[in-house]
Amino acid sequence: MNDQNKKQLLINKLQGWLADSAILSSEEELRPYECDGLSAYRELPLLVVLPETIEQVQAIIRLCASLEIPVVARGAGTGLSGGALPLSNGVLLSLAKFNRILDIDQLNRTARVQPGVRNLAISEAAAPYGLYYAPDPSSQIACSIGGNVAENSGGVHCLKYGLTVHNVQQLKVVTIGGDVLTIGGSGFDSAGYDLLALMCGSEGMLVVIVEITVKLLPKPEYAQLVMAAFDDVAKAGQAVGGIIAAGIVPAGLEMMDNPAIRASEAFVNAGYPTSAAAILLCELDGARAEVQQQIQKVQELLRHSGATSLRVSSNDAERELLWKGRKAAFPAVGRLAPDYYCMDGTIPRHQLPYVLQRISELSGEFRLQVANVFHAGDGNLHPLILYDANKEGELQKVEQLGGKILELCVEAGGTITGEHGVGVEKINQMCVQFSPLALRQFHAVKQVFDEKQLLNPGKAVPTLHRCAELGAMHVHGGKLPFPELERF
Amino acid sequence: MSDLTEQLQAQVQHALQARTPLVIQGGGSKSFYGNACEGSVLSVREHRGIVEYEPEELVITARAGTSLMEIETTLARHGQMLLFEPPHFGETATLGGAIACGFSGPRRPFAGSARDFVLGCKILTGKGEVIEFGGRVIKNVAGYDVPRLMAGALGTLGVILEVSLKVLPSPEAEVTLAMPAHINEAIDIMNARAGQPLPLSAAVYDGEAVVMRLSGAVQGVSAARKKIAGDELKQGPAFWQQIKEQRHFFFDDDIPLWRLSLAPATLHLGLPGSWLFDWGGALRWLKTDATPHDVRDAVAAEGGHATLFKYKEYWEQREPYCVFHPLPPALMAIHQKLKTAFDPEKILNRHRLYEDKF
Repeated sequence: MNDQNKKQLLINKLQGWLADSAILSSEEELRPYECDGLSAYRELPLLVVLPETIEQVQAIIRLCASLEIPVVARGAGTGLSGGALPLSNGVLLSLAKFNRILDIDQLNRTARVQPGVRNLAISEAAAPYGLYYAPDPSSQIACSIGGNVAENSGGVHCLKYGLTVHNVQQLKVVTIGGDVLTIGGSGFDSAGYDLLALMCGSEGMLVVIVEITVKLLPKPEYAQLVMAAFDDVAKAGQAVGGIIAAGIVPAGLEMMDNPAIRASEAFVNAGYPTSAAAILLCELDGARAEVQQQIQKVQELLRHSGATSLRVSSNDAERELLWKGRKAAFPAVGRLAPDYYCMDGTIPRHQLPYVLQRISELSGEFRLQVANVFHAGDGNLHPLILYDANKEGELQKVEQLGGKILELCVEAGGTITGEHGVGVEKINQMCVQFSPLALRQFHAVKQVFDEKQLLNPGKAVPTLHRCAELGAMHVHGGKLPFPELERF
Repeated sequence: MSDLTEQLQAQVQHALQARTPLVIQGGGSKSFYGNACEGSVLSVREHRGIVEYEPEELVITARAGTSLMEIETTLARHGQMLLFEPPHFGETATLGGAIACGFSGPRRPFAGSARDFVLGCKILTGKGEVIEFGGRVIKNVAGYDVPRLMAGALGTLGVILEVSLKVLPSPEAEVTLAMPAHINEAIDIMNARAGQPLPLSAAVYDGEAVVMRLSGAVQGVSAARKKIAGDELKQGPAFWQQIKEQRHFFFDDDIPLWRLSLAPATLHLGLPGSWLFDWGGALRWLKTDATPHDVRDAVAAEGGHATLFKYKEYWEQREPYCVFHPLPPALMAIHQKLKTAFDPEKILNRHRLYEDKF
């Protein structure tokens, strides 16, 4: 059966239990789904379906499995690695209609929600109880919690409060066989293997998530932010180490370089010092007296590290304004050039001066401007490469530069993705970061859940064949690992 | 400080060829835990040493046989700690055993569990392959989260050779408060407190009193101290040590000891026996002669699970492999396939987690 025949058969069957409006099949209906937040990659799916009950999801998955049609799940489509990029021969399963908050349990401090609920909506619903959901990706006004779990999203507060994996307690998932499983327990752990950890960040490759119970935390009594300017990026990097070494765990600790500062300032007028080489934003939260004590200490440390100016937020409005510049850094940088490409490596913090120096050299070599925003507390770097997709060959150049930056992060002892996921974007660099044995074991894990490779196939984990063709085999100390292995 | 990777790999490869099971052993401090398993001993105790520790990076990497005490002492010298407060259950406790068992101490509800702090690991699979997963940085989402899957897997998916953990600064100040309470009030008190912005770092009900610990900066702790009723317990650190290491008098006798994992605010269960609540009510220790069936029915009705933790001989003789809560068939099928993906001949800690299929 060819794809068109499959498509017609699918539509005929789906019409039995989905409203016509929940099945999108014409080109103009499919177009909005051709990409996620990584618009450099586009593909039209065979079909988009928008179920609204778990039973419908089960039926769709069973049907697709029986016809061996791949399924790509999608939440809000804000992902930055192409994890929700459709497949031309696959069904795009939108969970947008799963948008209800099912329960807020005040005493147990949990929220049970559907996957299409927006990240920020959870905190808004929990606010009357003095509670909130801690992970806060910059896209939190739009991104969905299902996508957060699939990508194990971070945010500006993860140094202190953890990633998504640390804040999820239970999942309801649909397997490729159409079964509904409960992963995790009502308490803090469950019997058997920690499948909950395995699900978080599995990029839609193992199961489809249909319900999520997240942990809620009491809203801190007080929060205050210090902004420090530096005339040298390396000094700002050292200041970060100094704060950590002093035993302080800030709620957020962010850094921006000069191009990012200027772009953000022009966009939101937060009052950033546009001549600074770098700024640090350091937020502390807790009891008022505690925060005030620590703010003093942090200011001393920052001065000692060579900060050229300091500004302390005097109220929540000012604090939020200073954050606004950081959270809007991506769209702000987007105004400097027709297109930008966001990278997501993590490095050991002490490597920051070296890595930034190399990025600046690479930026010169490739003649592409790079702005850097950095979750400095946890070493997660977001270089933003500016370009113009309409210029012939420029995107290819950008991808090459991006690849080099990711390899640089691995070389520095880090990783190719801190919080955005591998998706289609970083799949080649997986060959650099992981050994063939590790990749083979990832495939074995995938097989456990999805023998026929129907859930988001081709994403996140490259085939060994692909790695061999790229010639990008994981090389350590100049030696090919496991010389006994076949190289295809 | 020695790297025995090659010897250990050779031993596993040999066992694989001969299809003989291996019992992984570190310091032996937690050998009481889990179902009985048989086989020749694969000792990782001498595979030891801290491989990398840069305090400012908040990450420590060490080999599995490194003693937990050595790790904690080293961290303490730099004002840092393992925030999940791993129970040792003996002086010989090793890092590998702590992660393989996945135990976490009283700080767990407020700071996170053992698995939460795992960043990367090197394992030796049942296929005799040495593989590294994860990394040595705090944030890393490349590849499936195999490192965290190893936490609590009891070595059944691979021999842990090396682990990287996130570490954090130790709190500047701590104070312990005790408030006499009836068992029926204890759950409400602990959970109401946990919903407020207080620097709580432990909440226990020991049968007589709710005992809570506040941790953090000096000012924060003293401000919180004023908001909570209760008398300061001068022997606070000793009390928490007793709770964590099960040296509190509650754990003295040898009645079957059950570990119940429940939503923290779950109402007190009507099972016979005596109780100690940890983790603000999410972890409940029960000494009881009730049957495994009765205990598990009561716990499962609340969405939790029950582990026969210690003093299990009586039930083991009657119901072999009864230590862990049975899994629904669909989940058990996934567990079996995962086991096969990492250890196809089932040579690693056979039976320790679940009956003959493991």
